[in-house]
Amino acid sequence: MLDLLFAVIARDLKLALRRQADLVSALFFFIIVVSLFPLGVGPEMDMLRKMAPGVLWVAALLATMLTLPRLFGDDYRDGTLEQLVLAPQPLPVTVLGKMAAHWLSSGLPLTLLAPVLGLQFDLSADGLLVLTLALLVGTPSLSAIGAIGAALTLGLRGGGVLVSLLVLPLYIPVLIFGAGAVDAAVSGLGFEAHLSLLGALLAGSLFFAPWATAAALKISLE
Amino acid sequence: MNNRLINWFKFASPATFYPLAGKMIPWFVALSVVFGVAGLYLGMFVAPTDFQQGEGYRIIFIHVPASWMSMFIYLVMAFWAALGLAFNTRLSGMMATALAPTGALMAFLSLWTGALWGKPMWGTWWVWDARLTSELILLFLYIGFIALQSAIDDPRRADKAGAVLALVGVVNIPIIYFSVKWWNTLHQGASVSLTKSPSMAATMLWAMLLVALCFWMYSIAVALGRARNIMLERERHTEWVRQLLAGKES
Repeated sequence: MLDLLFAVIARDLKLALRRQADLVSALFFFIIVVSLFPLGVGPEMDMLRKMAPGVLWVAALLATMLTLPRLFGDDYRDGTLEQLVLAPQPLPVTVLGKMAAHWLSSGLPLTLLAPVLGLQFDLSADGLLVLTLALLVGTPSLSAIGAIGAALTLGLRGGGVLVSLLVLPLYIPVLIFGAGAVDAAVSGLGFEAHLSLLGALLAGSLFFAPWATAAALKISLE
Repeated sequence: MNNRLINWFKFASPATFYPLAGKMIPWFVALSVVFGVAGLYLGMFVAPTDFQQGEGYRIIFIHVPASWMSMFIYLVMAFWAALGLAFNTRLSGMMATALAPTGALMAFLSLWTGALWGKPMWGTWWVWDARLTSELILLFLYIGFIALQSAIDDPRRADKAGAVLALVGVVNIPIIYFSVKWWNTLHQGASVSLTKSPSMAATMLWAMLLVALCFWMYSIAVALGRARNIMLERERHTEWVRQLLAGKES
């Protein structure tokens, strides 16, 4: 079982690394969206500091969502996905591997980049640390929940817009607790509760999302 | 199995459910009108004027039932969706599809009347209150469901994909509700609270319940009507639809 998981992760990572342009453009999307906010609302540092957690988290949500079609899209077009579904190995495990690879290629770079962008918003050292921690715990849930939406919209016209309609409402709890943790750290309150809740969301979504995604994939490939 | 009073599985087939739904709709419409007239009469003329809010509070006789229905319909939709996935019945998916627009309408109505009520009472059309926010998210979930189903051409796949989405949504609704609630209490002191409303006069409660029953009956009638249309559309190649339409024309 673990062999299967690691094989899927290794395969998807290799494929993702062959297409570095995709990875980098998602990251630049994140950077550009975050940089647009000061231009839109003005350069007052007090206000930017207050907005930083929300802006960074919303940008992370959008950047993750943009990469979702990649999760199953290529495999769907060249027929690999059909073989994966037909294979005797349990589909939820395969799906879990694909989610992990998706996180490693989109969520993790985003997390590593976020503190640098946080500096633009003059976040304190505590705030930067908690921001990184919160993104580290929160972005895997984004990949897991997003996979359900990506599987449901597989091969549909207007899939990209549709996936945002389906997935963004479901991302709201992650956004609330993720931005809440950073907010709490910046204002000197305890942030552990938020991180625990993010962890709980992660545990729940890692458990349920592979099953739901597997069911959705079977429906989409019927 | 036939010695049961009603054989439920018989009506799982569109061919037998279509006439049954046709017979049921007038009853639900009549009940809806009766409950609606009674409830609105109680609410608008009999219920006493609130000494704090004046006459403006009477919009809650629409607002509260609409909110209840918007949540209840999502549960019913998820129930049909689960049934459809478990038993692979065609009718269940049709019912879920038929319920979604009514649910979205109720959620919208609840937000709309809430805004109308909020302007004179709170002095603003919108506050980021936990209930308002989660009702808005519920509307988003309905819209996602409708958008997904209308993007899929094959009705069987649309039913199943919608069913998975509805079930994912129903698991998420409590999580979303509590996260919004905690977010709200963390960000702003409860400047506005719907929960600490003064204890209600019995007539007000009755009026609210009657209007809720009216909405309930209305939703059933409309959903059944919509399901009938979906049945005709999807089963147009079958013998019973052909016979039915031929019978109507002659």
